[in-house]
Amino acid sequence: MDREDKPILIIGGGMSGITTAIEIAETGKKVVLIEKLPYLGGRVIKMNNYFPKLCPPACGLEINFSRIKRNANIKIMTSSTVEKLSGSKGNFMVQIRTSAQYINSNCTACGDCANVCPVERDNEFNYGLDKTRAAYIPHEMAFPWKYTIDTDVCLGRECSKCKEVCAYDAIDLSCRDKEHTLRVASIVFATGWMPYDASRLENLNYANHPDIITNVEMERLLAPNGPTKGKLQKFSDGKVPKSVAFVQCAGSRDENHLPWCSAVCCSASLKHAMTIAEHYSECIIQIFYIDIRVTGRNEDFLKKAEKIKNIRFIKGKVGKIDIKDKGQKLELIAEDILTGIKTSSQAELVVLATGMQPDDSVAGLVKGLNRENPFIINEWQEDGIYAVACARKPMDVSASLKDATGIALKAIQAMKASVPNT
Amino acid sequence: MIKKTGIYICKGCEIGKNLNTGSLADGIINEYQPAICKTHRSLCSSEAIDMIMNDIEKESLTDVIIAACSPRVYRERFEFSKEVNTERVNIREQVSWCNDPGEEDAQMLALDYIKMGIVKTRYTSAPNPYIPENLSSEILVVGGGITGITAAIEGAKAGYPVTLIEKKPVPGGWARELYRQLPSKPPYNKASEPEIGSLIEELHNTPGITIIVSANLKSISGQPGAFNATVESPHGVRKIRAGSIIAAQGWKPYPPERLSAFGYGLFPDVLTNVEFEQMAASQKIICPSTGKPPSSILFIQCAGSRDEHHLPYCSNFCCGTTLKQATYIREQLKKTSVFIIYKDLRMPGHYELFYNEVQKDDHTFFTKGEIKKISGEDGHLLVEVAHSLFNEDISIPVDMVVLATGMVPAGTDSLNLDYRLGKGLPELKYDFPDSHFICFPYETRRTGIYSAGAVRAPMDIPSAKEDAMGAMLKAIQCIEATKRGEAVHPRSGDRNYPELYFDRCTDCKRCTEECPFGAYDEDEKGTPLPNPSRCRRCGICLGSCPERVISFPDYSITGISQMIRAVHIPDEFTGKPRILAFVCENDAYPALDMAGFQRKFISPYIRVIPVRCIGSVNSVWISDALSHGFDGILMLGCKPGDDYQCHYMQGSELTGTRSENYRETLKTMMLEPERVHTEYVEITDFDKIPEIINGYVDTIKNIGPNPFKNM
Repeated sequence: MDREDKPILIIGGGMSGITTAIEIAETGKKVVLIEKLPYLGGRVIKMNNYFPKLCPPACGLEINFSRIKRNANIKIMTSSTVEKLSGSKGNFMVQIRTSAQYINSNCTACGDCANVCPVERDNEFNYGLDKTRAAYIPHEMAFPWKYTIDTDVCLGRECSKCKEVCAYDAIDLSCRDKEHTLRVASIVFATGWMPYDASRLENLNYANHPDIITNVEMERLLAPNGPTKGKLQKFSDGKVPKSVAFVQCAGSRDENHLPWCSAVCCSASLKHAMTIAEHYSECIIQIFYIDIRVTGRNEDFLKKAEKIKNIRFIKGKVGKIDIKDKGQKLELIAEDILTGIKTSSQAELVVLATGMQPDDSVAGLVKGLNRENPFIINEWQEDGIYAVACARKPMDVSASLKDATGIALKAIQAMKASVPNT
Repeated sequence: MIKKTGIYICKGCEIGKNLNTGSLADGIINEYQPAICKTHRSLCSSEAIDMIMNDIEKESLTDVIIAACSPRVYRERFEFSKEVNTERVNIREQVSWCNDPGEEDAQMLALDYIKMGIVKTRYTSAPNPYIPENLSSEILVVGGGITGITAAIEGAKAGYPVTLIEKKPVPGGWARELYRQLPSKPPYNKASEPEIGSLIEELHNTPGITIIVSANLKSISGQPGAFNATVESPHGVRKIRAGSIIAAQGWKPYPPERLSAFGYGLFPDVLTNVEFEQMAASQKIICPSTGKPPSSILFIQCAGSRDEHHLPYCSNFCCGTTLKQATYIREQLKKTSVFIIYKDLRMPGHYELFYNEVQKDDHTFFTKGEIKKISGEDGHLLVEVAHSLFNEDISIPVDMVVLATGMVPAGTDSLNLDYRLGKGLPELKYDFPDSHFICFPYETRRTGIYSAGAVRAPMDIPSAKEDAMGAMLKAIQCIEATKRGEAVHPRSGDRNYPELYFDRCTDCKRCTEECPFGAYDEDEKGTPLPNPSRCRRCGICLGSCPERVISFPDYSITGISQMIRAVHIPDEFTGKPRILAFVCENDAYPALDMAGFQRKFISPYIRVIPVRCIGSVNSVWISDALSHGFDGILMLGCKPGDDYQCHYMQGSELTGTRSENYRETLKTMMLEPERVHTEYVEITDFDKIPEIINGYVDTIKNIGPNPFKNM
């Protein structure tokens, strides 16, 4: 097999990996896209909407999924991870493990298996805020559109209720993990990000009160297909909060946690605030910030938010959230680092705008990564291996897609140059 | 070619339980006598696929109709061969799943959908792809700044010849003026040597790049795969045949003479960040008024930015530039104090670490505030700052003031496009080119021309380089798609293109004006001149044409009209209204599928026709539907306006203007205005859409039947 015939491997089926894969495939080259979860879309498909247009990510993803369906150059492997890689530019060898697929491609998404499944699991799609059955479809727009079984909690052949009810011979409860070896011309790490672990922010009491939540949880709380069907509520009592406070830079721009700025949390909180203000006109919203980092043309978005009466901006970093009156009251203490001015205020629901750190599952595959530099620096990698979007630095969706398209070019350069016909 | 159709009706996924598939097959056989009409317990099973393949071979079928799940599911499985056209009829998500079992109305709905599918295949012919002659794989890069240079190098490395044109005598652009640039790798704490020097060297050493300097782009005509550019330079006039184009004209500093409120032009010691950069590069930071090094320098951030009287947006680079320039001062003038007055210090990502480094300096002071006044005498300036945190004003005496001014896009009119709709790329806001800047940032409204760098959005050097690579990938992709006779985004891979029957054309110019992508030029008479490889296949021109001139082999005015007529209209005494819904196939249609998946009830009185874009709906279809006896017409499109969601940018916007025409149609037919109704929805509105549909059905029931019914 010469270089031209080998595909390019994209690791990670989030928005950046999908884009990299499609952009390469539409130049006529082959790609293999692997994703560890049973569905594509990564963090982005869990977003309620995008800033600054407040439009749903599913819209652009639907276009991309239909581009994938039309393109024979794209091979997708879900529930798969890279175990090992070796070789060099133009000729890498990759070992891939696909976890046991109890439901195969005969699945028609009829839903009969989930209806009879007796076991529940934490719903990963909703950050564990609700439950699904062990046989489940990840969400309404899931791609590939099929049911899957969580092998960790499934009772297996002893139960077999789903197998009995499936009319399409789609279930095999004795299926095992599979190993594959692939030869690829180049490799793109589109492994994305994970939210910083808010429970490490001890002063902010995330772990100790149900009404202190993170921004990614807020995303699901506002989503029509989220655990509350889009209804804003406190987890303590299910009531609509009268006030919501956003704590910017929660664990970001902080030497003890993430020293960098994640570049998206300000816009994300503005988006949440505006979505809440639109639907809950009584709710008072406070945003505690160090700097509002909404760049470029998104400045218009900030201007829009500033005009909304119920959204208040308070310059100051929240150093502490006190739980008072046996959990009835949340008090935020904020201080402006430059001036030392202190403020204290209350809110019924607190959202910690936590930042992004690169997904750590690839640490063993890429050289040069350590605690100080968990992002993949392209210049440090071998030729033919590239990181894209949030695997290499924090960025928003728009910047990620631009990066994904650019890295697609680097990846095709690793193949034999096509012969120009002029 | 004689059509031979095989029709397959699936019974799986509750379809067989909810609908009487046997009677559907009987109805179809009676009316159409197809070569084959079968039901099956599960059409997606390998056994059924084998059966269909067998039938195709034995009966020489030309068309296969799969009445089963949504066309969004199992696309690949039901594509049998290049010679056989597959038509999917959605009787699962949009019939069986959203209706109760055994409903007579759902049965009628399914039958109508299958009939519409049969009719559609009769008006679908095989694609006849368009490939321009004398295809070129060369890419023209307009603008030789850091964006253009990066694009040229990276494109050539991928094996595509590039011509780079630059209006100045040397390439390099603004980056040539830099003393240092911000760190782009760990530990991100020190400004580094500018990379433009080595990039220019690489530009000259990379094979496959032609550079034309002191160039003037006289004109660009043609279309993707076959653009003709005329470039004038001191070496003469050159004609370039290019497959695609990158617009990288860059930026200009905001004109500082408009910033006299900050003392520019009034005091010689008020400079811009661009002027200060040049001063630092020459290792001579001095006050122009005295010729002496300043003992204090004050930076004003957002000078003329984030300001509705100047640039309303944030230019992204000025905070970083100021912090970088603060380090020049410390390097060149050990004791000079630095003051930085800002609204917000915007150092996203790893730039934060550089900000931390600058904050360590004892003589650099940061204050959030608004500039109230700058006054001065004898080489000394006094800056009055409204301090928004202390709630009081402070005055800072300094020797020099640097205005951190923003960037203005240089504009793309210098492309000099010889197009019916203008010389440059259509703009969205603040003179930046229009695109779906979140999901599909490179898709401009001129196919094959991709904007990159600061002309597209305000950005710094690393961003501009990334942008250059992305635009180059799109430029390469466009060439490859054009070679295959395929459309580019978003209908990538589509091998059909619109055909025009000029005999009927009245030169009304609607298609040439309404095409969002400028695909049509005009001859002297005003007759449209199509450029098929500029076309994105949205069908908006088809929607605009009052004379039914424009059609695609697989999407035509007649085809859809016939589908409308295939629907059985019960008479007015049955109490069963019929509503036709034109539904955007990108967003509203999938939302309907999701509603079905959630088993939400959707009125069986609706007949859905998916359209490429709501802007492709021709008013002929509306009058056809009304005269056929439909009681109401519902259009479900995407949001128009500033935050438009239409994938073809202008499609849903156009429905606004066109609804005037619909009102006219209704008026002449003496019908109520409610009989045509448009709603803008999102793909995630799967809760809302059933309510919209069911609510509209109620509205129409209240108005009563269409008087044209059964006439």
